[in-house]
Amino acid sequence: MPEVKVNGHVYEARSPVGTTLADVLRDELSLTGTKVACGEGHCGACTVLVDGAPTLSCITLAHALNGAEVTTIEGLRTHRMVQSFVRADALQCGFCTPGQIVSAVALVETKRDPSSEEIRHAMSGNLCRCGAYPKIEEAIRTWRD
Amino acid sequence: MARLIRTEKEVEGRYEEVWLVVEEDALEQWPAGPRDVVGRPATRIDGLERARGEAVYTADLKLPGMLHAAVLRSPFAHARVRSIDLEPALALPGVHAAIGPGDIDQLETECGYQGAPVAAVCADTYEQARAAVAAIEVDWEQLEVVADPDDAVARGQLIGEPRERARGDFAAGLAEADVVVEGEYRTQVVLHNSMETHQSVVQWVGDTLEVYISTQYIWGIRNELSESLGLPGDDIRVVCHYMGGGFGSKNDAGDYTYIAIALASRANRPVRCALTRREENLASGNRNATIQRLTIGAKADGTLTALGGEYVNATGWGGWSSPVEGPMQQLYSCPNVKTTTYAAKINQPPMKAFRAPGFVEGTFGLESLLDVLAAKLGIDPLELRRLNYAAHDPADDRPFSGKNLLECYRRAEPHWNRRHEVRARSTETIKRGVGMASQIWYGGGGPPSYAWVRVGGDGRATVVTAMQDIGTGTRTAMAQIAAEELGLPLDRVNVSLGDSARGPFASISAGSSTTPSMGPAVRAAAADAKRQIIEIAAQLHDLEERVLDIRNGNVVSADGSLNSPVEKVVGLLESAQILGQGARGPNPTGMQVLTFGVQVAEVAVDVETGEVWVERVAAIHDVGRVINPLGAQSQIEGGIIQGIGHTLSERRLHDPNTGQILTTTLDAYKLPTIADVPEIVSELVDEPDGHLTNLGSKGLGEPPIVPTAAAISNAVRDATGAEVHELPISREEMLRALKEAKERERAAAPAGV
Repeated sequence: MPEVKVNGHVYEARSPVGTTLADVLRDELSLTGTKVACGEGHCGACTVLVDGAPTLSCITLAHALNGAEVTTIEGLRTHRMVQSFVRADALQCGFCTPGQIVSAVALVETKRDPSSEEIRHAMSGNLCRCGAYPKIEEAIRTWRD
Repeated sequence: MARLIRTEKEVEGRYEEVWLVVEEDALEQWPAGPRDVVGRPATRIDGLERARGEAVYTADLKLPGMLHAAVLRSPFAHARVRSIDLEPALALPGVHAAIGPGDIDQLETECGYQGAPVAAVCADTYEQARAAVAAIEVDWEQLEVVADPDDAVARGQLIGEPRERARGDFAAGLAEADVVVEGEYRTQVVLHNSMETHQSVVQWVGDTLEVYISTQYIWGIRNELSESLGLPGDDIRVVCHYMGGGFGSKNDAGDYTYIAIALASRANRPVRCALTRREENLASGNRNATIQRLTIGAKADGTLTALGGEYVNATGWGGWSSPVEGPMQQLYSCPNVKTTTYAAKINQPPMKAFRAPGFVEGTFGLESLLDVLAAKLGIDPLELRRLNYAAHDPADDRPFSGKNLLECYRRAEPHWNRRHEVRARSTETIKRGVGMASQIWYGGGGPPSYAWVRVGGDGRATVVTAMQDIGTGTRTAMAQIAAEELGLPLDRVNVSLGDSARGPFASISAGSSTTPSMGPAVRAAAADAKRQIIEIAAQLHDLEERVLDIRNGNVVSADGSLNSPVEKVVGLLESAQILGQGARGPNPTGMQVLTFGVQVAEVAVDVETGEVWVERVAAIHDVGRVINPLGAQSQIEGGIIQGIGHTLSERRLHDPNTGQILTTTLDAYKLPTIADVPEIVSELVDEPDGHLTNLGSKGLGEPPIVPTAAAISNAVRDATGAEVHELPISREEMLRALKEAKERERAAAPAGV
């Protein structure tokens, strides 16, 4: 039974070998803040942090984590980035938003005040069909306000 | 007083005559301009739960004992099921039930497109259901594939009759013209690709069918299922609290809901039927491709004398014929107009409405050719559009309830005037230019729609109505309207929606109709509640009702002697509540209610590689009174970004011989990313439509996407002289257009030079 560390808690994953991290989070741990929109690593909606690095949980196998620390949107609910997204109106339907926020947090944890260029580079793997992109950029630019 | 009327109802450009009981709209419109709450920017009242991942979407729902469905879909674009055997599927572990052709209408033996549903299985896990579907044995007979829309039209393979619309004498108009321009324009298939795929979770609770569904119209699903299943409407409960995007593709129940219901009935368990992303790219609807063969005739002074169009909607195996001729019919004043629109029935997935269906495509063709005309006449493109401004609806002679397009043009001037400076920034290989296009679309909404407002003893209010918020910010806009009318701060108003069993009938979230349909009903309900609060306050304080008002949460008297918190009045009732109700009044009789606007795009074109970038888009739209300027700005930006995808990168490809779809994943189908976004400047005229409801507000969901493609392609023409005739403007199309422009230039050059 592998141990999975999520948001500071240690769980014993019961899902069979071959189960994705996204399925373990959503189905086994009921952490449904992490969304799955494509299931094949193309859209970024399922982004979580693995040892601080943005990771596509829908194409990451839970059993391959080897004790790494996983942080989901549920572990970032008090992060200032969340308020900044709401304040900037950086979400419409909201389905891609948790993944956007996780990616944005990963960015600002390594670079406190990213440039517009850096924001666009770091966030280009997170699709938003509603087109909230200008406001997402604004939310990340102003996250410490 | 309730009144029975016969009226025209419009959704997505489709009209029907209906009987309606409407209530008089007794409230005067508020004066123009920002008020205490309405007209001021508000962040989403449900923003936090969405951002924190707490909002439960249909995709997140897990009911006790829930089974998972998988669907067997046709691998061929046209084929017949000779025989099918479900037994091997039923024999596999975890499988509870299987259905096939004959069990429900949605599963058929003749499949007219790749992805058409044939059979379905439900099992304990989705993986088991998938394995079971793979075990189903089908003997297929492949049939002839017709994938070319012109071919289908030539064969008479159509959906419905061709739509002929004419006024005046087109031939005489052409004869009268000093200049005639012609052009053929093509637009591609574009997919909605909402982030949450189409899906339903259904369960039977006693005699009640509960349907949790990602939808734009909970009450419509209730009515559709009631009719098709023969169940009383009140025995169907449709729930959608949060949904992950629709853009027109989630207006009906869809085959997945019928599959889930049939399987839930057989298995006696809740069933989820959710499309995968790949199924979404096949079988959930699309903006259909079009072919537009257009002619414009004009006098030397720019006056239009004739507009003609032959349009082919490549509709697919099902669907309806979108109003692609609409802009030609309604955008400009021209006495002689003739259009014919065919809906080609081809072996491709059926279309569904997609954000201003028809008008996006038709505006690209018309506005592109209009710029060709402007160049030929030597008239400034903006001036040419002003010259042909339609003061009343040219298609049916009705006056507009409100139209501020000239004001939009005026406000576009500073952006339009940048073109000399933008062009000057061109280099040998990177050419820059500016283009513009006008916008026309519906968006007036209509009755019926109802809302309730309850005010509790704590002085807080809740709007209750069976509508849905599809991500457009509806909850917030409705809360603003109720707060404004009640005189309460915004943070004391909640909105309860998303459940057909908990609120009165509310309209569809499509056709840019949510705010104009629901907003007036919410205001009327809030006014009814406010009237009751003031009646009580008058008795409590022994004052006349007419001197009392509620402002910022306080009951106040005109002379200032009374200033008392609302909860002091309503609190007398303890647990009892004030209940207000409101209805949407009728649209103005004999008037055309439309939205208008203009966009100005700036582009850069690499003439060596054919790459096109959009650098800036300025958008000015007229949608009546603006409720939430922040949400409105988000809508405009989102529409423009979808429009940029439509113009430059998005295209569903298929094999013309087999009809097979070649792009079913999000790496093959190219959605815009944050790196593709230009500078966007948006502005709203914000003038209430004086004839429309107690708000004067129209819808804004669709207008911003309408002119984007045309403005970009006109900017490309301005930058390079090349005429784009096809969307998307791929490098291939751009290089073709550049080559054609060069040849045209060479042919026009004097001999020997």
